[in-house]
Amino acid sequence: MTVTQQKDGEIVETVTLTIDGIETTVPKGTLVIRAAEALGIAIPRFCDHPLLDPAGACRQCLVEVEGQRKPMTSCTTTCTDGMVVKTQLTSPVARKAQEGIMEFLLINHPLDCPICDKGGECPLQNQAMSNGRSDSRFVEEKRKYPTPLAISTQVLLDRERCVLCQRCTRFSEEIAGDPFIDLMERGAAEQIGVFSDTPYLEGDHAATNTSGDPFNSYYSGNTIQICPVGALTGSDYRFHSRPFDLVSTPSINEHDAGGDAIRVDHRRGSVMRRLSGEDSAVNEEWISDKTRFAFRYANGSDRLVYPRVRDEDGTLRETSWSEALLVAAEGLAAARDNGGVGVLTGGRVTVEDAYAYAKFARVALATNDVDFRVRPHSAEETAFLADYAAGVSPNNGGVTYTDVEQAPAVLLVGLEAEEEAPSLFLRLRKGNRKHGLRLFSVQPFASPGVTKANGTLLPVVPGGEAELLTALAGDAIGPSAEAEQARSAVRTDGAIILVGERLAAVPGGLSAAALLADTTGARLAWVPRRAGDRGAVDAGCLPTLLPGARPVSDLSGRVELASYWGVDSLPSAPGRDTAEMLVAAATGQLAGLVVGGVDPGDLPDPAAAEQAMEAVGFLVSLELRDGWVPQHANVVLPVAPVVEKAGSFLNWEGRLRIFDTVLSTGAMTDARVLNSIADEMGIALGTGDPRRIRAELAGLPAHEVRPTPPSYPAAELPKPDAGQAVLASWHHLLDLGSLQDNAEFLAGTARPAVVRLSAATAAEIGAQDGAQVTVSTERGAITLPLRISAMPDRVVWLPTNSAGSTVRRTLGTDAGAVVSIRTDGGARQAGDGAGHGTGDGAGHSTADGAGHGARHAQSTEEDQ
Amino acid sequence: MSPSPEVLQKLTPVLTKRWLSPDAWRINTYEKLDGYLGLKKALKSHPDDLIALVKDSGLRGRGGAGFPTGLKWSFIPQNDGKPHYLVVNADEGEPGTCKDLPMMMNDPHALIEGIVITCYAIRAERAYIYIRGEAVHAARRLRHAVAEAYARGYLGRNILGTGLNVELVVHSGAGAYICGEETALLDSLEGFRGQPRLKPPFPATHGLYSSPTVVNNVGTIASVPYIVLGGVDWWRQMGTEKSSGPMIYSLSGRVVNPGQYECTMGITLRELLELCGGMQPGHELKFWTPGGSSTPLFTAEHLDVPLDFDSVAAQGSMLGTTATQIFSDQDCPVYATYRWIEFYAHESCGKCTPCREGNYWMARILRRILSGAGTYDDLDTLLDACDNLLGRSFCALGDGATSPVTSSIKYFKQDYLDYIEGRKKPLLDARELVGAH
Repeated sequence: MTVTQQKDGEIVETVTLTIDGIETTVPKGTLVIRAAEALGIAIPRFCDHPLLDPAGACRQCLVEVEGQRKPMTSCTTTCTDGMVVKTQLTSPVARKAQEGIMEFLLINHPLDCPICDKGGECPLQNQAMSNGRSDSRFVEEKRKYPTPLAISTQVLLDRERCVLCQRCTRFSEEIAGDPFIDLMERGAAEQIGVFSDTPYLEGDHAATNTSGDPFNSYYSGNTIQICPVGALTGSDYRFHSRPFDLVSTPSINEHDAGGDAIRVDHRRGSVMRRLSGEDSAVNEEWISDKTRFAFRYANGSDRLVYPRVRDEDGTLRETSWSEALLVAAEGLAAARDNGGVGVLTGGRVTVEDAYAYAKFARVALATNDVDFRVRPHSAEETAFLADYAAGVSPNNGGVTYTDVEQAPAVLLVGLEAEEEAPSLFLRLRKGNRKHGLRLFSVQPFASPGVTKANGTLLPVVPGGEAELLTALAGDAIGPSAEAEQARSAVRTDGAIILVGERLAAVPGGLSAAALLADTTGARLAWVPRRAGDRGAVDAGCLPTLLPGARPVSDLSGRVELASYWGVDSLPSAPGRDTAEMLVAAATGQLAGLVVGGVDPGDLPDPAAAEQAMEAVGFLVSLELRDGWVPQHANVVLPVAPVVEKAGSFLNWEGRLRIFDTVLSTGAMTDARVLNSIADEMGIALGTGDPRRIRAELAGLPAHEVRPTPPSYPAAELPKPDAGQAVLASWHHLLDLGSLQDNAEFLAGTARPAVVRLSAATAAEIGAQDGAQVTVSTERGAITLPLRISAMPDRVVWLPTNSAGSTVRRTLGTDAGAVVSIRTDGGARQAGDGAGHGTGDGAGHSTADGAGHGARHAQSTEEDQ
Repeated sequence: MSPSPEVLQKLTPVLTKRWLSPDAWRINTYEKLDGYLGLKKALKSHPDDLIALVKDSGLRGRGGAGFPTGLKWSFIPQNDGKPHYLVVNADEGEPGTCKDLPMMMNDPHALIEGIVITCYAIRAERAYIYIRGEAVHAARRLRHAVAEAYARGYLGRNILGTGLNVELVVHSGAGAYICGEETALLDSLEGFRGQPRLKPPFPATHGLYSSPTVVNNVGTIASVPYIVLGGVDWWRQMGTEKSSGPMIYSLSGRVVNPGQYECTMGITLRELLELCGGMQPGHELKFWTPGGSSTPLFTAEHLDVPLDFDSVAAQGSMLGTTATQIFSDQDCPVYATYRWIEFYAHESCGKCTPCREGNYWMARILRRILSGAGTYDDLDTLLDACDNLLGRSFCALGDGATSPVTSSIKYFKQDYLDYIEGRKKPLLDARELVGAH
């Protein structure tokens, strides 16, 4: 007798059952343990986890079901109509069964709670108290193991504490798709272990931990959090703190555009650890290791504390805020009136800070020369963002995580989800696993993220994306069987196209993506890499876009905003983008620059950027840490890291993710610093308080006029000769990014930097797999071990900013350029694969050296 | 003393009838002795009729649980567009059981013939024999027989010109008792760690490679050609109403002539002892297993229990694999129980808590009792541990492990007390305990 009922407009089949005498109606397929939870009945459990498949392994959740001759595990039993369930609350059988299992689990448990990280927040501890016997009847000696077993540099395993619930192994298999741990042995000798023989994980999964074993997962930290005992602990946190000494604050991930809910635990003014928060609409309960473990970047000795100003003699000295603000205000006012000032915000900005920069540029500096992009970008992207990103949110039909998970097909272009948007990758994989999502990825080779989501590769030469997308939008068959699958898949109802920030560097790429979406009806979303990028678009940190998605060119929008802001007028000329501002600064057309969290090494040509910043007359740096920009600035104004301020990020969905201050240090936000400078200039910016900024943003009159979608032509593909190749490149999730500084355990699990070539191209230059291959331009050279991959010929791939491979800094160019490739020809040598580049000889700094140099020169670079 | 004629009448060699023929395992011998006639007959009937035939015969699974075979076959969804599989469970591992290995050694073609008929009935084109890893000799003979059958056209494409295709693979396990559990066997066959799967879904719909699969014991499948040739009535002449047909009883222990005795189902141990020449001189029956160590022990008072599925169950045990291990007054039930529990502790796959921990710690307690350091509380602890294990474990391995403990304490509590109270000399000493396994 199954009834159907309306729920949120949907028809849901339900069943009605009785648990402990309470009648309840739940959707069909609900597990007994969940139905009981909904009634407030807590059945003890270890292996059960709502986001993992049922296992029934620990047997702790046994309940009595009427008509069944033995107790049933409530975590594997689905509710049926008329079922009568008795839990430990009403059934002596269930209670006895649970006590029996708990006794079995505790016989071998060391009961070292007083020294265990988990003590105080431990499901085993808690449930042993609530559902266990008071004593044990088993007296024999416990099983012992050497401890801890390093599963990676950042995850440690104490096997004698383990209750073998298999949450961690199931996570690795079901959620992350990285088989980095598994059960070994059997019976009482059963234990969690790591693969020690390399053949299992050859190829794209190969990486090494400290013991030389292959290990590779960007999500391994989640196993620590879901471990129901203290068996898995983090190297960074182990023995450092007790849960009851910590103060927990919900926050938002600042490392990528995922907007993940996190929990920050601090004690006596310092953050001890970060955990995943719970948000079923965003990151569910998972975060990447970078989000979890990289949080000490602002704790180094390079943290800026006091403002600095440059004296007449050129020395930079620490000074008071009042002097620094005055000098900044006077200098900027003078520069504004003598050629103008440009604003580079960087991609780390919160929505509030971005809004302050955007407003400061328009109101205090009277310019539209403002841009958040510190990476390859284009006018085409500027136009695309105005049309396809600005103002889009889940509230007005924007693509969401849930949409992605439920989509029949998703096409990724210029986006390696696992490396650049780790939470999105987990959703793609879940969609594939649970709902049959078909993933297509346009990139040169099948990266692990594509393989693990059962994705289909649509191979392209960098720069060829536009042509392929245009072909998919057209009627002609081809160019490949995979493309044919993609052509029909992208036309299915609910299909989604996700474009990454790298597509901006491909002429015509974003136009072609827009064309494909318009032709096929597929939904299109832009997924940037950095946490601040999406918010900066809506806040108006673009030369042609005002806050609230108003084009600068639109008079009515300008007037509306001017009146909202209470100013006479707003600058009407479109501004310069980042590249144009740097050229203008270098040539003296701009008299000043306000620079937020920008690392020159992230720009397409770092050397040129540094020349421009050196050449400009007046440079104001709002920075977190010392680095190249503060060292060359006229005024340095220290600002607060995310953990020390309140604010919000817009994630790639356009979802507003508000967070509060974790550590109250008095450090000022960018917005408040800009507000103070404006004050000194005699201008009321009104950006001192994040809540007031959010209210101001929310109160912006709705804007209707939409710009037209971009239509830029594709460029002709370069034709490399033998010994040359087209460069492909993207960032590894774990690399030299400065937000990962001071996280040594995390760094140990970074993927090794390799150079990738097709077999034919490798043969062409005489290189065997594992040989040292040198990629060079006139500027410099990078040498890394070769990994032969299935990819188009005469294409070479390098990680953008990894140890030994700082592409923009060393080569002075980026993806799409033609570079030279050569080799010493040797086969794989012992010790290869660790990712250490070697130098190219006279005139060129070694890649490795450049990497470290760049890293140390970075300040608040938000290389995420 | 030779057996009486009434008892001799109960000896019904069907599956074992060729075992003593010269070169019984060769295809030429097999063909001479009615081999593959059942297949030829079966191929002339409709698959559904074969399923009905096996249903009507009352054949029950010979692997231990005694599930009706025809019913199992009928669970396979037809016309579902998925491949169907037949998997023969030849992972014979139950302590005391020795019927499938001699079957495969002596008459492998009977199994192969049964496989082809079964595949035809359930519309499977691919079959696997999952054979226990240690049984290298049997696997070798089986592979040879499979090659012979392929050469004669009983396996492969277009079998006997009927258009039937059956591919048969002999797969050796890696020596794990748990892989005799059908879902653990399927996981192992797929290349995974051998651990039982969560049911439902059941193998009949989501078995090997998530496709409809029949998993049957060697003895079950090898019975099929005889049922096809001999018919339901002939088959039902043997055995009882609910346990039809002959059964191979493997007798071991303190008897004069241990071995396989294929008798009509429902024979008693008293009759079996008559057939095998009785207890060894100087030995008196003390306890015995009706169907392997996972079935609760019987004693001399159960000599006249008919050994069929229902009669044995009515007496509180199980027919199991009809592995009849016979122990005498010179054997210690406590030590036997200890050895069995060490076996279960060693063979527990470790997936679920009660089986993994329960067996390990029970073995520790039994060892302590045998070393003279037991306490009265230990007996209560053992019984309560069994209560917390029986019906609480993931699969039947844990359930079965409690059988020797509870039944030996039930019948032979005095033997335990003799160790605890110091009347019996410790069987194990402390030195033996160090590093013992």
